Amino acid sequence: MTATTLTGSLDRTSAPATPPSRFSAWRTARYALLLFFLVLVLIPVYVLLVTSFKGSGDAAPARAWNLPQEWTLENWRVAWDSLAPSIGRTLQMVVPAALISSLLGSMNGFVLSRWRFPGADLVFTLILFGMFIPYQAVMIPLSQLVIDLGIPSGIPSLVLLHVVYGLPITTLIFRNYYQSVPHELIEAARIDGAGMLRTYRSVVLPLSIPSFVVVLIWQFTSAWNDFLFAVFFSSSQNGPVTLALNNLANGALLQNYGVSMSGALLASLPTLLVYVLLGKYFVGGLMSGSVKG
Amino acid sequence: MRTLSRWYPPLLLISPTLVLLGLFVYGLLAANFRTSLTDNHTSAQAAGVKPSVFVGFQNYADLLGSDSFQHSLKNLLLYTVVFLVGTMLFGFLWAWLLDRPVRLEGLFRSVYLFPMAVSFVASGVVWRWLLNSNQGEQASGLNRLFQIVGLDVLQNNWWNNNSVGIAAIAIPAIWQLSGYVMALFLAGFRGIPDELREAARVDGATEWKLYRHVLFPQLGPVALSAVVIIGHMSLKAFDLIMAISKPANYQTKVPAIDMYQLKASFDYASSAAVGSILLVIAAVLIIPYLVHLAREGRR
Repeated sequence: MTATTLTGSLDRTSAPATPPSRFSAWRTARYALLLFFLVLVLIPVYVLLVTSFKGSGDAAPARAWNLPQEWTLENWRVAWDSLAPSIGRTLQMVVPAALISSLLGSMNGFVLSRWRFPGADLVFTLILFGMFIPYQAVMIPLSQLVIDLGIPSGIPSLVLLHVVYGLPITTLIFRNYYQSVPHELIEAARIDGAGMLRTYRSVVLPLSIPSFVVVLIWQFTSAWNDFLFAVFFSSSQNGPVTLALNNLANGALLQNYGVSMSGALLASLPTLLVYVLLGKYFVGGLMSGSVKG
Repeated sequence: MRTLSRWYPPLLLISPTLVLLGLFVYGLLAANFRTSLTDNHTSAQAAGVKPSVFVGFQNYADLLGSDSFQHSLKNLLLYTVVFLVGTMLFGFLWAWLLDRPVRLEGLFRSVYLFPMAVSFVASGVVWRWLLNSNQGEQASGLNRLFQIVGLDVLQNNWWNNNSVGIAAIAIPAIWQLSGYVMALFLAGFRGIPDELREAARVDGATEWKLYRHVLFPQLGPVALSAVVIIGHMSLKAFDLIMAISKPANYQTKVPAIDMYQLKASFDYASSAAVGSILLVIAAVLIIPYLVHLAREGRR
């Protein structure tokens, strides 16, 4: 399953063999159901968008589901002013975190699949286990360790943590991918006398572009959306956008849903953009992160 | 000596990861467990100013014996069950509906899956609004929507309920991850060779029989993956609870929230014990799965 799912295509591999359904009533029902669920899934999006453009005159509960009486960009402006610094910090966090953990994951995946040593399977399982631990079970000593290592709170700490705890998944995805690379390619390089590092650099790395895209997107999205580490290792002054958004939405004495919903949309734009533009690879990450072939 | 020089380079390449995960995963799990066996309950002890002494499993006994923590465990169980059943149900149904040729399949798929790209905190903002417990005149959110469509009887307190409120927090989680389960099942359906379908049709199987006897049984491994992943994700209830119902609310607290609250009050020993309990819960779920995968891989 690995090879077919890495590029993330859920499309059929061949033309559908199913003959057109004979019962058009069932066909209609199927479309009706699909449409019903489509609307259901999009309800929160409607609320987010509509509320984000509402002014204070629309606050009455009776108008909760109505379109704005008067469309305004004020909420967006307030939310942007409040979140912009943290969005900048989040970018500074996710880019190095995604790059470093992908590169390390690629090296691990190569070694664990194509340049194996005795006990490689055990090492792989031990690495993989790191993906499934509840981080609550390391938080107390982790906060002490980060202080002992002298790493400043905020973005530097978070980069380190996203790299470290991203390693299991990046290793998993690359290992599964390299296992689908034909043996002959690597054997040929070996016979030509290329050492491990040269084989990795000149044969394996160039083949890895698609899986790098998958892994980078995966790491970008999970680091961008992380809240748990953000709460424990940063403050709203030096933390990422999830923390700033949560403070924006819950900090004020009076709940201003217009501003918090604009903020929620702003905070989600980067990952949604990646999803829309590179959806194929996004799905690839989901698949290879879970289904092991 | 020859073998050593052969294995030396790969071990060197993988050593940064081994050191990092050895320290940050296994070292810290052990350190956390050690703290959980002490009487480190005060800020002076947390700061290392006052010494802590070994108390064995006292903290575990205290936690498991307290009504408050039992409430958290019960909440976690209920949340996990609702979350699992919901995502499996929607995920499977959507995959099944999309497996046969459908116009605009890509659009349906993309929309069902998109909530996965959004953070729990961002979706928590809108779900906090949707799950507002006000009713009648003051209702907004879903309660108001129920009024609009004439289903007034469905109005309820959502998360603001001591016994089952946590189930309401599972609704946004289901919204976010059903598409993921759909993608898993869809990949499962599409991984089944067409010959298998054809053979069944030649034998005169109806569509329903084809699914019932040929396709569904092939989905076992996919279903197992989905259960493990979703079950494990239920520990992430933390983000949604922090965003929707606030950590201080008794109604929706789970162990991850207790861990956070206890750490904030400098009760490191109890906080660490909660973490270790969560680890045991996760391990019971994950270790058999990893062993199973390792066996499959060797075959």
